[in-house]
Amino acid sequence: MKKRNYTISIYTENNVGLLNRISAIFLKRHINIRSVTSSESEIPNIYRFIIVVKVDGEQIIKLVKQIEKQIEVIAAFYHTDEETIYLETALYKVNSKSLFEERQIQNIIKKSRANIVTVKPEYFVIEKTGWREETEDLYHKLKKYGLLQFVRSGRISVSKSSMEISKHLKNNENE
Amino acid sequence: MKNISGAEAVIHCLLEEGVDILFGYPGGAIMPVYDELYKFENKINHILVRHEQGATHAAQGYARSSGKVGVAIATSGPGATNLVTGIADAQIDSTPMVCITGQVASSLLGSDAFQETDIIGISTPVTKWNYQITKASEISEIFAKAFYIAKSGRPGPVLIDITKDAQFEILKTFEYKKCKKIRSYSSVPAMDNKSLKNAADIINNAKKPFVVWGQGVILGNAENEFKAFLEKSGIPAAWTILGLSALPTDHPLNVGMVGMHGNYGPNKLTNECDVLIAIGMRFDDRVTGSLNTYAKQAKIIHFEIDPAEVNKNVKVDVAVLGDVKETIKDILPLIKSKNHDKWIDEFHNYYKIEYDKVIDNEYNKKKGGLSMAEVIKSLNNHTEGESILVTDVGQHQMVACRYTKFKLSKSNITSGGLGTMGFALPAALGAKIGDPKREVIAVIGDGGFQMTIQELGTIFQTKAAVKIVILNNNFLGMVRQWQQLFFDKRYASTEMINPDFVAISKGYFIESSKVSERNKLDDEVKKMINHNGPYLLEVMIEKEENVFPMIPSGSSVSDIRLE
Ligand SMILES: Cc1ncc(C[n+]2csc(CCOP(=O)(O)OP(=O)(O)O)c2C)c(N)n1
Ligand SMILES: [Mg+2]
Repeated sequence: MKKRNYTISIYTENNVGLLNRISAIFLKRHINIRSVTSSESEIPNIYRFIIVVKVDGEQIIKLVKQIEKQIEVIAAFYHTDEETIYLETALYKVNSKSLFEERQIQNIIKKSRANIVTVKPEYFVIEKTGWREETEDLYHKLKKYGLLQFVRSGRISVSKSSMEISKHLKNNENE
Repeated sequence: MKNISGAEAVIHCLLEEGVDILFGYPGGAIMPVYDELYKFENKINHILVRHEQGATHAAQGYARSSGKVGVAIATSGPGATNLVTGIADAQIDSTPMVCITGQVASSLLGSDAFQETDIIGISTPVTKWNYQITKASEISEIFAKAFYIAKSGRPGPVLIDITKDAQFEILKTFEYKKCKKIRSYSSVPAMDNKSLKNAADIINNAKKPFVVWGQGVILGNAENEFKAFLEKSGIPAAWTILGLSALPTDHPLNVGMVGMHGNYGPNKLTNECDVLIAIGMRFDDRVTGSLNTYAKQAKIIHFEIDPAEVNKNVKVDVAVLGDVKETIKDILPLIKSKNHDKWIDEFHNYYKIEYDKVIDNEYNKKKGGLSMAEVIKSLNNHTEGESILVTDVGQHQMVACRYTKFKLSKSNITSGGLGTMGFALPAALGAKIGDPKREVIAVIGDGGFQMTIQELGTIFQTKAAVKIVILNNNFLGMVRQWQQLFFDKRYASTEMINPDFVAISKGYFIESSKVSERNKLDDEVKKMINHNGPYLLEVMIEKEENVFPMIPSGSSVSDIRLE
């Protein structure tokens, strides 16, 4: 079966060991986590993890079931790239000299619709939000001018279809 | 309750959960709780094991003979890490267990304090749930959750780590409420009537239906429902090693064991049935052999409580999710009364072949060294199918499970999924305490016995009347068998020069004897059974016996070998 990117969305109770418990599921199966982010979700006190993995269609179903089985996981969903709106943010720290000396760089920033976050005498910082290919592309373009630092966030995404967390919570409460 | 310490609160939680027995070992970080145990001595019996691994296996044995949650307790650091094997065993065999570990004071967490170890991190992949308590105010809620999680749904082990300061902390008020639900956890998936009907239709139209059942039937207390289902549908049924004893051995629809060392017929006919009905089992690789050639011709129906088990190893046509006690009961009225005598004859025919080639030669052996099967035969003669069998891991385990006759459920206790050598001796102790009226017989290899041999001390101290049978072949027999069959008899590190087990037993003041002659075996077994108190019988076995039938690992169930 063909491997592809899947975005797993996991709604959880807030718990100290939970990230460890979830990542152990991938570790046990020798599956690389491509990115992970976590934040509070649309429901107060309920957290949302977003994990991106490249696996096949059978594996993703099994993974999500194992995740859902964890006590503090309220529900987990998976989506293909087409089924989600997703973004990553990248920060690029560049030597200030190049901003003033290289005309090109200003063009690059403009064309890639990146933002300058801050400018200091020694360095400046550019931010770009978008798809992996876009932040990657900017990375390659800026690399020539001496990138001092580069960092990219994990993926954040929302699904196009609804994820009925409140319903899940209700079901379990009524049990 | 007012103004009690966290440690005392722990005791009250246990009492509220009906715990009257603990298996454990003390140490610095858990001493406040032990101090309370001293005060509550007449309410909770603490069994001092000789190694913390023994505490977990004893708690497992207790859980599996009694149906209750087993509780093990240990100190931080090495005490906690010694629990890990038993926790992993309980996880893979779905045994309800709560482990309590002491932890260094919360102010010291992360400082590499004396006997600090990250037991939460270590135990995470092998627990159903775990939690570190750092404040006494958390104790009551966490214990309630722990017991609920351990025993509800598909059972499993839970670990609670309690920092020493939380044990000392004084609680102004303490109250306990049993946990009945957790909003993020649904213990039993909702049953859907459509799949139940679909399943019934397929079963009613089957020509050669075949049931394979596992421990789910026992864990769900569904033995009666299961038996009624079989008797109405007339379907032959085979067991996985953990399902053993849920249906009496001599029940006409019980056709034996599936899997690597299972019976010939059930394995062969797995690939000839038209409908395979899996009940409370998880298609472990030791059961299925190669998945590419497993029951491909059959429609598969899976009765299962854990949604993650459905379609995990074997793709099924219909999954009936839910507690088997409910789902089997509910499907019964939809099932037509039938008999499948001709189909069942096929099992009998294969049994005859197996009998001639394997069973007769070992069960009724007449010359040469003693076989393991003869010993089980003798045990069958003297226990009348009513005792609890606890086995360790290896050849003796397979032989004991193949030949022991059972009349009652919850009578077979073994380490199935993890295959933990050293399991049997402490598990037998726990099983005896969990069901003291029943005879408990531990059948153990000479190798595995030496992995937890120190628990003889616990057996002596508690006077638990466990009967221990060492099947001594002076080999790590199961590994030697693989070396013989698959590694050209290169017996790398499998031959063992053993100590005098009888003398060791005497050293622990446990009655014992040794037998190697066929004509004395029965008398020795009888003497052991009639002995009032613990007893060890060492039986010298033919050194290079092999266990057959056998499905070589990675082979098809159809390619099961008789020699
Ligand atoms: C803790 C542990 N270590 C290693 C093994 C691998 N193993 C499986 S069976 C076996 C041999 C067991 O020998 P013995 O206890 O004498 O039983 P026998 O097979 O001879 O009946 C070994 C080493 C295991 N299952 N568990
Ligand atoms: Mg041996």
